[in-house]
This record gives sequence, structure tokens and C-alpha cells, in this order.
Amino acid sequence: SISKVHCVVLLTMTVFSGYFSHSTDFEVHRNWLAITHSLPVSKWYHENTSEWTLDYPPLFAWFEYSLSHVAQHFDKEMLVVQNLIYTSPATILFQRLSVIVTDIVFIYAVKECCRSVREEKGSKDLLGHPFFILAALLLWNFGLLIVDHIHFQYNGFLFGILLLSVARHLQGRHLEGALLFTVLLNLKHIYLYIAPAYGIFLLRSYCFTKDNTDGSVRWSSFSPVRLVALGSIVISVGALSFGPFIAMGQLPQVLSRLFPFKRGLCHAYWAPNVWALYNMVDKALSVLGVRLKLLDVAKLPKASMTGGLVQEFQHSILPSVSPSITLICTLLSIMPAVLSIWCRPRGARGFLRCLVVCALGSFMFGWHVHEKAILMAILPFSILAVESREDAGIFLMLTTTGHYSLFPLLFTAAELPIKVLLMLLFTLYSFTSLKKLFRGSLLNPLETTYLLGLVAVEILCEVVYPLSPWQHTLPFVPLLVTSVYCSLGVSYSFIRLYVSLLRQHGTDKHKQL
Amino acid sequence: MENWSLVSICVLFGLTARWAVSLNSYSGAGKPPMFGDYEAQRHWQEVTYNLPVHEWYFNTTDNNLNYWGLDYPPLTAYHSLLCAHLINPDWVELHASRGHESYGHKLFMRATVLVADLLIYIPAVVLYSFYLSEGSNKKKVFLCILLYPGLILIDYGHFQYNSISLGLALWGVVVLGLGWDVLGSLAFVLSLNYKQMELYHSLPFFCYLLGKCFKQGLAGRGLFLLVKIAVTVLVTFALCWLPFLSDPGQILQVVHRLFPVGRGLFEDKVANTWCSLNVLIKIKTILSTDTQLYFSLTTTLLAILPSSIKLLMKPTLWQFKLALVNSSLAFFLFSFQVHEKSILLPALPVCLLLNDLPLPAIWFLQASTFSMLPLFLKDGLLVPYVVTSLAFLFFSIYLLSAFEHCSEDKLRLGPYRRLLICIVRRYGYLSNCINKDHFYFSITAMAGLSFMSVALAPPDQLPDLFPLLVSVFSYLHFLGLLLYFNIVQIAEPLQSVRKNQKKSN
Repeated sequence: SISKVHCVVLLTMTVFSGYFSHSTDFEVHRNWLAITHSLPVSKWYHENTSEWTLDYPPLFAWFEYSLSHVAQHFDKEMLVVQNLIYTSPATILFQRLSVIVTDIVFIYAVKECCRSVREEKGSKDLLGHPFFILAALLLWNFGLLIVDHIHFQYNGFLFGILLLSVARHLQGRHLEGALLFTVLLNLKHIYLYIAPAYGIFLLRSYCFTKDNTDGSVRWSSFSPVRLVALGSIVISVGALSFGPFIAMGQLPQVLSRLFPFKRGLCHAYWAPNVWALYNMVDKALSVLGVRLKLLDVAKLPKASMTGGLVQEFQHSILPSVSPSITLICTLLSIMPAVLSIWCRPRGARGFLRCLVVCALGSFMFGWHVHEKAILMAILPFSILAVESREDAGIFLMLTTTGHYSLFPLLFTAAELPIKVLLMLLFTLYSFTSLKKLFRGSLLNPLETTYLLGLVAVEILCEVVYPLSPWQHTLPFVPLLVTSVYCSLGVSYSFIRLYVSLLRQHGTDKHKQL
Repeated sequence: MENWSLVSICVLFGLTARWAVSLNSYSGAGKPPMFGDYEAQRHWQEVTYNLPVHEWYFNTTDNNLNYWGLDYPPLTAYHSLLCAHLINPDWVELHASRGHESYGHKLFMRATVLVADLLIYIPAVVLYSFYLSEGSNKKKVFLCILLYPGLILIDYGHFQYNSISLGLALWGVVVLGLGWDVLGSLAFVLSLNYKQMELYHSLPFFCYLLGKCFKQGLAGRGLFLLVKIAVTVLVTFALCWLPFLSDPGQILQVVHRLFPVGRGLFEDKVANTWCSLNVLIKIKTILSTDTQLYFSLTTTLLAILPSSIKLLMKPTLWQFKLALVNSSLAFFLFSFQVHEKSILLPALPVCLLLNDLPLPAIWFLQASTFSMLPLFLKDGLLVPYVVTSLAFLFFSIYLLSAFEHCSEDKLRLGPYRRLLICIVRRYGYLSNCINKDHFYFSITAMAGLSFMSVALAPPDQLPDLFPLLVSVFSYLHFLGLLLYFNIVQIAEPLQSVRKNQKKSN
């Protein structure tokens, strides 16, 4: 009965999903429906009539293909590739319905996650149960609502598969979890970022059936059967997805579509990560340098940092950052976490923590990261947040700043009340429910001040700034301020999460001594 | 969870639902030359802003009454004037701004509705839920009242300001429930001066206050109370109508605008007796306008008499709530020139009954939303209608445990059964009408009719088939529920002897 209420709430939220008709993602998916339906398979990754080329792995293309068979009953015209920016009411209705229907996967995944949550004994009313709080935090997650129903993506569906995979691992059904993750990877390759966590965890905790008494690897317990099972899952799903393209010799083309490194370091709206801070420092130094007459204005490169589809970027003072550098930084940032679950595995929960760290690390240091990627860390972290007090504190910090950084995605005046109301709803709920669950305040005064500062930033960006004279001379200032302010919060959460992970590792080591 | 946080979450949720609906289309969007209610409101802002007071209700060269002439009492006019002062003057320029539609303007108009709601209606609901409803269900009742789809869809979709008049009326009820009779009558008079349809609620207010005066003894305190209330009412009326008092011609013209008796028994398809009767006998053509007027007047009076007399004899809050329902529903079903939006007037007191009689209340509220379906379809509000109705149904049935309160005792039909069992044994089955199966059947039928209205085209000989089916179906519900609520009110014993009747005032 709880899930019924949640279903209805989800449905209720879709009442304003009528607004994604102006989002470019709507056109992206319509285009992909058209491509997969009207063209033969060999042309899918070569087609470029529209600027929104197919840049997800083939399994997603097959998914769009199956959707297109339903779409033709709604409006045949949307499946014509040449009909760019085609938005008939039937098209909008179909797209909207497809998101709602695929969200069922997400609801099922949430139900499974709630089943795996550890519960304390004791009488609690319904609202105080950890599993209810978790269900609420996941189903009413502000970021997911904004991104999926207003911006139109299939993130509910994809995150549903991710959460289901995590739930299966928490329940000990590792093969199913591995299968789900491989499917996910073939649906959207951004999940490569958390593949190391899966890989090392499965290798260490699944392929080696027993540990030594001190927790280290017992090489003799290696089970080739399990390794072969895992391998066959990965290969068979990969074959299903990439097979036809490898057979046609199109693999390089597909890969070039999937990994377009020509895009800039930062997305058009800067994700609140390390590179946003880096850019900001660079800009500040260059402005300072010009003021102090240390630099010549004419010699500074004029490229903008936001790129989009095209440019590379040149920093003025600090060294430029290339894709390989970001990759190295990301790998370095997740290395300690991954090593920790190799040396001292702590079961599925240790894996989940490592997964969150990998997701967050890749968000912090990745190339052309979109703000939406913060959800890849927030959603799995919710499971840990309802089980431990310290995690709840980090969760509140991360979620509030992460969600606030999504505000620039909705920039019209009509959407302002919606995003403010939803943000208030979610923040109020998460704070009060977690506070009640863990009986006491979860944040120290400094953190609380920082979060209250978000209100000031919001007022600055939405009210003060449009009325000030700088709106025309420095139009990017609200985005800059939002990104930089949020990246402080996100970095802080990242560091705290790492500290908690390594501290657990340390206490384990201590126990052995 | 603490009270304040739950209440805030409910309010935020209600506000989100409201704003989400307001992102949709409004009445008359993009439909020249007359547009719809949205344009009417904008036009009133234009008229009140640019013209002097004594011209507002008159047909002059500057003010063409055929184009959305002002037909609500002065408070609406003052409210429009206030709104007009707050915005871009281009939007209310005389003549030139007719049919003005723009993104910014829509945002502004929607925002005015939200502000009015937040200032008047929502606080009244908060006070009602937490001070006047009984039991442990306060927050649940609060959420369910906030989610009533009919009001949200009409105010934020079709575009009207019902939350102001209904909110003020609710303030009246709450304040009277707390025992402050003079302030309560003040609130109600203000509500009446905002929309004249509040007259549907006036008889219960009158009977309740008169009954209280009688109870306190007409020779002493009762008379004093009566005089106080009468003075308050007169003074408030005078204040509201102040600019018009200088000239009797003004007053007459305003009254003429408020009560257009020349317009016939009904317009369009309404879920009331005359429209439904018209299907079988074409009364609109058989009887003359005057006969129709007298006929409807008599039936209305007959319908409201029992309830009003009972309230006069026993002025408690419970009787008052029931009388509000019975009176406004009777007016809706039998009165002259009723619009389908007037169903909101009985819907408000029924919301107040959600805690005590959950299943009948939910049934009525759903039927009321359903009865306005043709209007929503015309305005392009299908998706909000479906989503808000589903949400309301699920939340209210789940939160208020509606199906567990179906026993005869819970439905307050006990006295009725005892009364009737000696007279006619057969009619006892009527009390079994309100149960889960019938409810499901009804909801399924509504869903089916909704689907058919959208997906199928009506046959050529009967172009109004679906609106007619919707209104007749709703009418049957309203008639049945009118009977039920009347029985509950009248069958209640005059002296509260039962121990679970804690309601006394």
C-alpha cells in the first residue's frame, strides 16, 4: 500500500511534465526513434541529418527501436528522420507516456532496495521507518524529478536498473546484479565510471569464495566457475549489443560517436566539480594579472570555456587540461577506494560505499561532466544514508548542494516556483525525517551556515542580479557563482566520504593487530 | 515527525500541485473574439483601472457590457483594481489591451491567484483542520482538503478567484465554530460581497445565528447578539458598497448586473434538475420565463426548508456544516441560471465533512470534479484533471480509511433506520447504498465516460451526447447525496443523548 501512494505521487508529479516540449532532449529522443525505425541498422551510427546524433551504446538504440514500434500508433510523422523539431501533441503524449511507463522499473527497484535496508527493532510509526524514508528519498528525489520529467530523459529507467543491481548485490544475488550492470553499461556508457567498483568487488568477493581470518585474500579459494559465469554474462550481453556492429566492421565509428572528446572541459552549465574551481581560479588570476599589469591583455587566449559541441579550451595562466589528464586524475581519485575493497572487503555495503566514491570521483574530475551526473552518486548513497548517522550528515550536505546545482537547468520564470517548491519540499523532508530517525542534529554549525548561504545565492541569482546593471556585461555570473559555491559543498562531501571510507579501513586494520 | 514540518510539507505539496496545474492552458486561450474567463478578469482590471467608479457597471462607450461586463459585486471590482495597479500598464490599456495574451501576463495572473489562495484560503483550511476537526486525523484531513481537484482546476486552470470567496466563507465557518459570532458574520458578508453566489450559503448562516440568538433567549442576551450581528452586517454592506450608495440608480444597476433574470433557466449542460428534466420534457420551451422562475423558486424553497428549520432548532456546528451542504446543493439542483462551476459551493462544506463521513464526502467531491469534465476538456485541462483526480482519490481513500467507515453507525444513519423501520420495512435497504462496491462501480463509470468523451466522437444526430451523459450521471449522484445528507441532518435527535456526540456549541 505504501508503493501505491508513492506511485500516485510520481504520477502527480508528471502533471507538469508538459513543459519539456521546449527541451532539446525531447528532440534528441524523437530523432533517435526516427533513426532506429526508418533506417537499416548499418546506417544508425552514420546518420547525421540532425545535430543530435546517436551517441549511446547500441542496446539503447535497440530500446529506442522497440519503442518506435509503439510510437507508430501515435503519430507516424515523428518517425520520419527529416522532420526535425517535430512536436505534435500525439508525439508529446507518447514521449511522456514512455517515461512514465519505464519509470515502473524505477519503482520496482526502489521497492527492492527498501527490502534490503537494515532496520532497528522497535515500534515506529510508518513515517519513521527507514524503508519508508528511503522510498521517499528515492521516489521524490528532486534531481530525478527535475531531470526526468521536466527535461525529458530516461534517467528513471536507467537509475532503476542501477538501483536494482545494487539491491541484488545487497541481497546476495551477485550474478543477477552483474547481469543488470552489464545491461546498464550497454545502455549508457557513462556508467563506465563505476565499473571499477563492480569489477573489483565481484572479483574479490564473488570469485574468491573465502577470506583468510585476517581478511586478506585467500588465493586458494579462487573459483574458476564463478569467473567463467561472470565472464559469459558480460560477453553475451556485449555481443547482443555490439555484435551486429562488430560484424559490420563499424566498431571504430560507434566508438567515435560514444566518446566525442572534441567537447569542452566543462559543460555549458558548469558542473560543480574541481574543474569549475580550476577555471575560476584561472580566470581570477588572469583578471588579477591584467589589473596588476603583469600580463598583457592582447596575449591572453580568447576562447570560452563552455564549448558545447566544438572547441577545445585554453586556460590563460594555469596549465591547460586535456582529456587524458582528467582520466588520470579520476583514476587516481578512485584508486584508494578500489584498493580498499580489494584488501579489506566489507561485503556489499563496502561495495556500495566504493561505488558512491567512484561516481563522485568521476564527477569531480571527469571530462565534460553534466550536472545530472551528481545523481549517480546521490541515489545509491541514499541507501547508506538511512542506515548510519555519519552518512546521513554527508548525504544531507551532498544532496542539498547537488540539487541546488541543478537549478540553472530550469531557467524560465514559470518554472521558478516549481523548482523552489520542490527543492523546499525535498530538503525539508530529508532534513526532518533523517533528524528524527537518528535523533539529533546531523550537521555542525559551519555546514548549516553554508547551506543557508545557498538561499542567499539563490536570491542573488534570481532576484538581485536581473535587476542589476551587470546582467548585460557579465551574463555568466549567476552560473559561475552557483557552480563555484556548489563545488565547495560537493568537494567537501567527497572528502568526508573518503575519510569515512578510509577510517573504516583503518579500524579494520586495527582490529587485526 | 513534528507537526510544523508535516504541515509545511503538506502546504508545499499543495502549492506545487497548484502551480503545476497553472502551467497548463486557461479558459479561452487563443480563442478570439471573446476568449474566456481569463480575458474577463483581465478586462475587469482594465475597466476598474481606467474608468471612474460610477461607470463600472454601466453600459457606456468606454465600457461595453456585452464584452465581459462586470457581473460580480464590488469586492471583485476592488480586487481587480488592486491587481491592475501592480502590473505593467500596457496590459490594462483601455480598448487596446483586449485579448492580450503573453507569457509574462499569464505568469502574473497565475501569481495573483496563488497569492490570494495563500493569504485567504489556505490559512482558513489550516485553522479548520487543526482546531475544528476531531480525532487523530487532522493532518490527513488537511492534506485531503488541500488536494480537492475541483477548486484547483477551476482556479488555477480555467482561471477564477473562487479561493477568495470560498476562503472568506470558510473563515466565517471557522470563526463561528470558535464562538465569535460577530466576526464570523463579518467574514461571511465579505465573502458575499465578493461573489453573489455565496447566497447559496447565506440561509444556513442566517438560521444558525438566529437559532443561537433564540437559544440565548430573545429577551436578553439573544436580542443583544442579534442586534450586534445585524449592525455588523449592515455596516459591512455599507462599507463595501460605499461608492455606489450616493445614487439609487447605481445600486439598482449593480443588482441588475448581479442577478440576470432575463437569461433563462439554464445555459449549456449543467448537472441540475432542469437540465436533466429537459432531456425528457423540453421545459425550456413549454413554460414561459416567468413560470420557470416561479417554479424553480418554489422547488428550491421546498428543498431547503427542512434543513433550515432543523438548523434553527438545533444550532450546533455539526448541523451547521450539514445545513451548508444541504442548502447549497439544493440551490445548485433547483435554482435559476446555475453554472456548472457553482458545484464548488456545496463542495466546500462537503470538504469539511471529510473527517466525519469520509466515503460519502469523497464520492461527492469526485462526482463534482467529474461533472465539470466538459469544461475542462474545452480548456485543454485533461491531463491535470486525470492526475489530480487520481491523486485525490488515492490519498483520501488511503489516508482517511474510507472503506472502514461504511457501517450504518459510522454513516450516521442509525436514527433514520430506527425512524423508518416502524413505518416501512422495505426502505431500509437504502442505507446500504453507500458502500465499497457501489463506489467502485461509480468511479469506473466515471472513468469510462471520461475516456469516451475524449477518445470517441459523438454521433452526428447527438453532438452533445457526452456532456449530457456526464451531467445526467453527476445529477443522479448529487440527488442521491442530497437525500442522504438531508436524512443525516434531520434524523439526528434534537437533544444529544448519545455519548459520542461531543459536538455542541
